[in-house]
Amino acid sequence: MPASTVESAASLPPAAAAVRPSGKPPFESWGRYPKYSSRLVQLHWQSDFPAILAGSHEHVLPVGMGRSYGDVCLLKDGILLQTTGMNRLLDFDPQTGVITAESGVTLAQILEFAVPRGFFLPVSPGTKYVTLGGAIANDIHGKNHEAAGSFGNHVPCFELVRSDGKRLLCSPRDNPEWFHATIGGMGLTGLISWAQLRLKPIVSRGIDYEGIQFHGIDEFLDLKQRYKDVEYTVSWLDCVSTGRNFARGIFMLGEHSRVPAELTRSSEPRLRFPANAPGFALNRTSVSAFNTVYFHKQRKPHVRLLQDYEPFFYPLDSVLHWNRMYGRNGLVQFQYVIPWDGAKEGTIAILREIANSGLASFLAVLKTFGDIPSLGMMSFPLPGIMFALDFPIKAGLTFPLLERLGDMTLDYGGRLYPAKDAAMTPHQFQSFYPDWERFARFRDPMITSSFWERVTDTTGARPTV
Amino acid sequence: MTLSAFDPQPAPAGSVHPVQRHNASLSAKVTRKILVLGATSGIAEAVCRIWASQGAQLFLVARNPEKLAVVAADLKTRGAAYVGTAVADLDDTEKHAELLSHAVNSLTGMDVALLAHGILGDQARAEQDFQHAAQILHTNLVAPISLLTWLANYCVQRRAGLLAVLSSVAGDRGRKSNYLYGSSKAGLTAFLAGLRNRIDREGVTVMTIKPGPVKTAMTAGMRGSEKFADVDKVAQSIVTAVDKRVDTVYVPFQWAPIMWAVRSIPERIFKKLNL
Repeated sequence: MPASTVESAASLPPAAAAVRPSGKPPFESWGRYPKYSSRLVQLHWQSDFPAILAGSHEHVLPVGMGRSYGDVCLLKDGILLQTTGMNRLLDFDPQTGVITAESGVTLAQILEFAVPRGFFLPVSPGTKYVTLGGAIANDIHGKNHEAAGSFGNHVPCFELVRSDGKRLLCSPRDNPEWFHATIGGMGLTGLISWAQLRLKPIVSRGIDYEGIQFHGIDEFLDLKQRYKDVEYTVSWLDCVSTGRNFARGIFMLGEHSRVPAELTRSSEPRLRFPANAPGFALNRTSVSAFNTVYFHKQRKPHVRLLQDYEPFFYPLDSVLHWNRMYGRNGLVQFQYVIPWDGAKEGTIAILREIANSGLASFLAVLKTFGDIPSLGMMSFPLPGIMFALDFPIKAGLTFPLLERLGDMTLDYGGRLYPAKDAAMTPHQFQSFYPDWERFARFRDPMITSSFWERVTDTTGARPTV
Repeated sequence: MTLSAFDPQPAPAGSVHPVQRHNASLSAKVTRKILVLGATSGIAEAVCRIWASQGAQLFLVARNPEKLAVVAADLKTRGAAYVGTAVADLDDTEKHAELLSHAVNSLTGMDVALLAHGILGDQARAEQDFQHAAQILHTNLVAPISLLTWLANYCVQRRAGLLAVLSSVAGDRGRKSNYLYGSSKAGLTAFLAGLRNRIDREGVTVMTIKPGPVKTAMTAGMRGSEKFADVDKVAQSIVTAVDKRVDTVYVPFQWAPIMWAVRSIPERIFKKLNL
């Protein structure tokens, strides 16, 4: 009897499978804008790539959990290679805290493994539902940027697989140029098949938390200065109120508790946003009411408490599909960093522009980046003030505002974050990231993304709604 | 299930790893010695992850050496007290006895065997090409019968053990969309029922696992596959069923009433349906 063979993902699905009858694309980014038809193929084994490309000339893009907001994880009419089936843990050394894993493992899965063993992520984004590969490809950052830098600073090495089958071990010493191009390289340099991550020891799930109300950017900067030695800091900001309440917010600080406590696993989230909210649900009145309630949620101007790490790091992960709150049209995020020179002035000017527009939502974050340089050629962080805000998509309003805000960011010497972007113009991108042409030489010829096509397009095409 | 506790022969000095002894004091589950055939199949791998995190001792058999190596590394990392491996094409029934005795020696015993290898096959091709139809039946039915014959006799001799075998809801009734796969699984289900009837009274549990469609590499790209059951949830149900030593389990459990309904449709109607 001949050997039987049913290999996983051994061939690409027929093109007819591109869009299902319902018209819903098979893969959406977290902002659910833009929506593109593409084919989704699962990678289960490291050997699936590039074997799966055999005979195909279509462009591909490796993707993970689709938690980036715009189009860095989309490829119009191309093939998305989803890595989440490649989620094996290959090694863990409790002496050094270094974990080796396939790139499709999520940070949630790493935490599930590491926390009961007394280890934690060196850098935590706002959601744990991202893959290790995605975290490297976007060189993500967390609330401890001043102390820890960005994610890539904690990656000793990884393997990069090119579409021609070449496998490159990348570290600061081996293939250093590929290492620096791939960290923050938006998945364009090849497939990260596995990677190492240096975890840090903890003795408790708990976070010693403090929340402090502030009014205005000056008070924010004073607090930042006063608590500069605290590991995690981040602020929620009210972007709707004007006048006396302009730029009010809550400054949140946290440190891992040093009191040993039981290190259990987290439970699964129970809530899910059931369906798309209607387009009118988020309006100036509802957002402003939410902001007032949220600001006064803490009864006193200054509170201290011991909090679990889940609500501290991942408050929104407790509601699955919360992006449905923005309705069918989706949302776009605007996230900038402005270096210290223009940081305060630029932030005040941009916040005024946003408050006057009346388009802001309540999910706004303000924090500062420290001096530890990121390792990626295309990494986003710079020392200065970072701000992020979600906008619902309103025809004729949101995108003109985003273009103005992008130009203001450029004027103040800042840049926007590709992982959150659906709107920056080619001119803006190329000014934000002057190294982009050098980076382009490292792009895999078979790999591209809708983001890359958009921001390197010189014909002047604009996103439309 | 803890065979070693009743073993009159004391274990030779140094044969028990210190970690193993430490774990053994925590829970009876940890000492479990588990043989997994078709260990790189999506369902088997997910089940093994749970067993590994409980500190089980595992012996894994699969055909592809690279895939087997990463699965073994993963299970070792997740906490398996021991992971042994063997590369084998389970279609080759001649080698089964040698393979199984090597596996059982390597584990120094066996409490549970999970049979998870199988192929979906290509229904359209099997309708035209008998060789392909025979291949499906060989891999999914003949080879498991060969393995189970050896394993059943091994367990009967020791009057202990649990044989967990992946059959399928597809074996509950033949449908035009996959009746070759379905008939191989129907045969397997019938074989398991007979085997259970023979050896349950000898202290050996024979467990028939009937998964509905599950999101794994085997079903990737199938129509509607994004709605298939989550493999980790299915795996948890299988682990629970093994702990409870049940005879037959549908995973997810919703498939039990669905398949009852499917079996209840009169043939004169069923034959006209497009299923």
